Amino acid sequence: MIWQQLQSLAGSYPLALRGLGMTVMLSLISLVLGTLIGFGLGILRTGGNRLISSVIGAWVDLIRGTPFLVQIFLIFFILPELGIELDAFSAGIIALTNLAACFICEIVVAGIRSVPTGQVEAALASGLSRWQRMRQVVLPQAMRIVLPPLVGQYVLLIKDSSVVSAIGLTDLTRVGWLVVQRVPNGLLVFFLVGLGYFIVCYPLIMLARRLEQRIGAAHGEVQL
Amino acid sequence: MLENFSFRTIVEYLPLFGQGLVTTVWLSLLSFAGALAVGILLSAMNLQRGWLFRVPAKAYIDAVRATPLLAQLYFLYFGLPRLGIILPELVVGILALSLNSGAYVAEIIRAGILSIPRGQVEAGVASGMTYVQRMRLVILPQAFKVTIPPLLGQAIVLVKDSALLSLIAVAELTRAGQLLASDRFMPAEGFITIAAFYLLLYYGLKGLAALSGRWLGQAGART
Repeated sequence: MIWQQLQSLAGSYPLALRGLGMTVMLSLISLVLGTLIGFGLGILRTGGNRLISSVIGAWVDLIRGTPFLVQIFLIFFILPELGIELDAFSAGIIALTNLAACFICEIVVAGIRSVPTGQVEAALASGLSRWQRMRQVVLPQAMRIVLPPLVGQYVLLIKDSSVVSAIGLTDLTRVGWLVVQRVPNGLLVFFLVGLGYFIVCYPLIMLARRLEQRIGAAHGEVQL
Repeated sequence: MLENFSFRTIVEYLPLFGQGLVTTVWLSLLSFAGALAVGILLSAMNLQRGWLFRVPAKAYIDAVRATPLLAQLYFLYFGLPRLGIILPELVVGILALSLNSGAYVAEIIRAGILSIPRGQVEAGVASGMTYVQRMRLVILPQAFKVTIPPLLGQAIVLVKDSALLSLIAVAELTRAGQLLASDRFMPAEGFITIAAFYLLLYYGLKGLAALSGRWLGQAGART
């Protein structure tokens, strides 16, 4: 019986590949967009304009305070009622990008705030423009604080992309759900699904750990 | 469509939302208790010198952290019956949340214990304390303070993660929203209302975290 199941599983490998492709594509697109928007929001939020920074803060709090599943449902079912036609793929991309941008915004804000004010003052005294200060003085130093949690956030993003299966996108998790209807061996099917995610996520987790250790070591050097 | 947003329907469905909210709260509490148990066990295994306990604990933690909760949930939901274990959806959900959050709790506890300076342990050894005494009287009271804020953060994550249980038909808060959305074709009313309820829980827990931070900060100042 297990032999038949394995054969049947082997038969559904094109579906599994498609699912893996969907998961990678969703994660990659929203990772790039989310990073860009997240950095933009983080820089705006520390920019000194009260109104802008409190609007961004409120939005980030709204997103951090609600389950991602609810956000997907809101985007997928409500935007069309406002006259914006969406397919499931765009809804998934919008939801994931928005989520990533909000969490990355927080990470970037923490990084920027970790840069001593003396650095900014020195840049000001050197006559650097606002943009030059940010790009050449603040961000390069902030990146040391930003990088480890940023990589950790990418892992979360890849995992969260599994939730878009709830609106019918055929990602890796959805493929597992489809296959398990035909091959009634949930342990095996979802072990394989988990393995797919593990192969993508585990190296990233290791990378985040490595970065954290390196930065910890660097701080030790400074303290000496 | 949003111009005829129906507050009346929301009020009509309020008992359903109330039930969902109550279910979400107590299933999260149970799962958090389970996560603490799993986390304490895992971190105790993880802090052993020998590899016999440490390696399986590390492997478990890595496996959980590198795979999505939804896949873990389906693994148990579709997998347990295969082993002849038939449980109600709610129990499967609580089990999945406990096992998932437990891995993160283990990391938080481990970080807390490792944050205690080596000298504290050495002083305990020099005072002739046994391992259990050192843990109970020296390390854990100090580690406790460090772990409370991140544990509350994990509790927030757990409450939000519990929304996924709606996908295996557990009648919690998100499920209530789905019901309103599908019964009356009113997704806006359903999902905006539950989002508001989740925000309520989020700000409650966040307030608690701030309060505990202040309280622990004071306790730190006193010692």
